Amino acid sequence: MGKPIIEYAEVIRSKNAGPYELTFDIIFKDRKIYERVKENKLINKNLISRLYGIEKDQISSIIFFEPARAVKITIVRPLSAGAPGERDVYGAQQHVPLLSIEI
Amino acid sequence: MEEIRVLAPTAILGYGFPLESFNRGLKYKPDIIAVDAGSTDPGPYYLGSGNSFTDREAVKRDLRIMIKAAKELNIPVLVGTAGGSGGRPHLEWCKDIVVEIAQKEGLNLTVALINAEFDKDYIVDQYNRGNIEPLYPVAPLDLNEIISSTRIVGQMGIEPIIKALDREVDVILAGRAYDPTVFAAPAVKAGFPEGLSLHMGKILECASIAADPGSGSDCMLGILSKDSFILEPLNKKRKCTETSVAAHTLYEKSNPYELLGPGGIIDLRETKFKQIDNRRVEVKGSRFVKNEKYTIKLEGAKMIGYRTISIAGTRDPIMIEQIDSIIADVKEMAKENFANIKAEDYQLFFRVYGKNGVMGDLEPKSKLLSHELGIIIEAIALTQELANTICSFTRSAMLHYGYDGRIATAGNLAFPYSPSDIKTGEVYQFNINHLLEIDNPVEAFPLEIIKVGGENDG
Repeated sequence: MGKPIIEYAEVIRSKNAGPYELTFDIIFKDRKIYERVKENKLINKNLISRLYGIEKDQISSIIFFEPARAVKITIVRPLSAGAPGERDVYGAQQHVPLLSIEI
Repeated sequence: MEEIRVLAPTAILGYGFPLESFNRGLKYKPDIIAVDAGSTDPGPYYLGSGNSFTDREAVKRDLRIMIKAAKELNIPVLVGTAGGSGGRPHLEWCKDIVVEIAQKEGLNLTVALINAEFDKDYIVDQYNRGNIEPLYPVAPLDLNEIISSTRIVGQMGIEPIIKALDREVDVILAGRAYDPTVFAAPAVKAGFPEGLSLHMGKILECASIAADPGSGSDCMLGILSKDSFILEPLNKKRKCTETSVAAHTLYEKSNPYELLGPGGIIDLRETKFKQIDNRRVEVKGSRFVKNEKYTIKLEGAKMIGYRTISIAGTRDPIMIEQIDSIIADVKEMAKENFANIKAEDYQLFFRVYGKNGVMGDLEPKSKLLSHELGIIIEAIALTQELANTICSFTRSAMLHYGYDGRIATAGNLAFPYSPSDIKTGEVYQFNINHLLEIDNPVEAFPLEIIKVGGENDG
């Protein structure tokens, strides 16, 4: 336990899932690590809520996707893409807090 | 028909592709050439304004190559979400490009135009009948939102495209279409399973993004048979791997196992990805599950005003330390100065790059470490003149604001441009993201067939 997630992940990215949600993909290098994260629920709503400072009801889903050794986290966008005051129309630069996860 | 071959030249029409890859694709004797031309990702401006987010010359370059090759092979070219957002002006814009190509190249083309923009009174009527439901996470639709919208489009399914294919056309330009449809429709029409056809379309619509290394500007081939499809990148530098294809399947979607589209979902619970050689992947098991009701997704945008921005930087550590309180004070100055203007007539934003410019409230770092900050002052108002006025006042107020401990009294901001204030024009916002239940997936999207080009035309 306790190593930075970037040692285990080959992709950590964020993107729009339509104009009203942001989705994050973490794709693990190794199936064993993927299984360990999945079995031990190391990525969960409490963690995401803390990392992004959002209420848990703003987290749409956390889904493990077997074929890609990936976990997908989807949250409600605080503002719809391109709305006044919004900052990232493509939603492609919101992944960074995930880099601080340790597993 | 044992198999159907689909050539996907590029991820978005206008993003380009190498001729070498495209020509390699032609050697496989594809049955169709298809391309997705749009997305909501560039934001609400393009849907609302009727403009394309792709460049006209770039779109023309891609289309000319595709249409000439397809004409020689006597196969159709299919374009989904023409013009970027798939409304009437977008479709018209794309049609004009095809007309120019036909005339320039001396080609006679039969072109199908499928409209996907709905009149507001139709949507109001559907709303009154209770046929519109919110798509999570948006709220139920409000009648005022329909009335205030500038443009509403619906994502068509494969049915209107199949109807166009029945007319033996050379080119199909579809308005707003669910991304996989232009790849899947010819396959479904030829009797291939809907689930595999749509899943293949879902991957091909991004062309070589699903390869390793990925690229949105390179070609991919999909070969569909009755119980699987094979993906092959057409640039020898790229390969498809089980991981690259599986990883792409979850791209931009909230749930990778269930992809909701017009009329049903693509169910990927049983999907298997298999490496068949070092560059090709075979996919099996994807199913289409029809919904009880046929629904399509509506997308709408409304105009909310005009924008003026001013871009500046600050390098002074005394100012940087107090940036939050300075912004709060300057905002207050603007509020007082424009006390005669109704608060709902304008909005004022500061974006501070080097602090939380990218993430705003989601930013977890609270400690400021930057030695310089980029600041964008942004005014959105009911008229361009008012936006200019608010931005101008705020810019000068911040430039000369006397914050605590100030020793650099000549000016607080470094402007990279003169003029310092930039009018960016109309501002739109997405306001409809709902599901509309329709009785007939074909009739909702009217088809028009036109003949273009030839000696006597234009």
